[in-house]
Amino acid sequence: MWAWLHRQGSPKRFYNWSGTLARWAGWGSLLLGVAGLYYALFASPPDYQQGESVRIMYVHVPAAWLSMFIYMNIAAASLVSLVWRIKVADMFAAASAPIGAWFTFLALATGSLWGKPMWGTWWIWDARLTSELILLFLYLGYIGLLAAIEERETAARAAAVLALVGVVNIPIIHYSVEWWSTLHQGATVTKFDKPSIDWTMLRPLLLMAFSATLFYVAVALRLARTELLRRERESQWVRELIDGRQGGGRR
Amino acid sequence: MSDFLHMGGYAIYVWASYLLGLLVVAVNLWQPWRAEREVWRQLTRRRKHEERMRESETS
Repeated sequence: MWAWLHRQGSPKRFYNWSGTLARWAGWGSLLLGVAGLYYALFASPPDYQQGESVRIMYVHVPAAWLSMFIYMNIAAASLVSLVWRIKVADMFAAASAPIGAWFTFLALATGSLWGKPMWGTWWIWDARLTSELILLFLYLGYIGLLAAIEERETAARAAAVLALVGVVNIPIIHYSVEWWSTLHQGATVTKFDKPSIDWTMLRPLLLMAFSATLFYVAVALRLARTELLRRERESQWVRELIDGRQGGGRR
Repeated sequence: MSDFLHMGGYAIYVWASYLLGLLVVAVNLWQPWRAEREVWRQLTRRRKHEERMRESETS
């Protein structure tokens, strides 16, 4: 099992399976996204307190979920890269970072757009908002560190350590609404007992969240395998790939 | 239809959120597309260059 897994991490193997997986994830994301948007905008009721503004949730919550999920992926890949020295894990982590930063930005921006009509303010230094902002800075720091260090191995290792240290922020974000009772509302979906949200609203939320997750998988894999091609350009399998493409291959 | 666009008075906030979401998705679709195109351009250029070098060596 481990030997098999390890082999899938070899550059050539990774290049092949990641292409297939990215394609499936991409189509899956589109399908779930279209369904999710339909339910989010047309086939779900307005909230009894928040009215139609509740529809912001279907963008906001998936973005916030993804901002944390991507960070956990970066941390996990960083650990794998530090311990087992698997190059592909490095590239996956690096490819994930800009996507994570974008979705963190989206979570903050849509939160602001939701906060204005509901709380009466664009921004407040509430624990949830502040820790999510720190997450954005962690992403930017990670990206900056990777770009700033010339030597690739050193850069990857430094960034991996930063990513692992930053993990401490993730439970803080998640539990911030319980530890400090603030303006931001508590969890409604990720509770161990029954979620306190009605199915008609949970359905678009889940569809959008799964769609966003698959979107991330597809984009991160595509970015990672592109970087892989660049780094492996001298190797035999990439040469063969180029020749195959030139000789009237696909696309 | 206009009711739908009106969003119970929250039109600006709701539509700005969805627009931003769309924007973030678009950027993240464009990035890998651009990166892939760039890498393939580099790779084929190098390969052609190599072939030319080999030909000039043999002739």
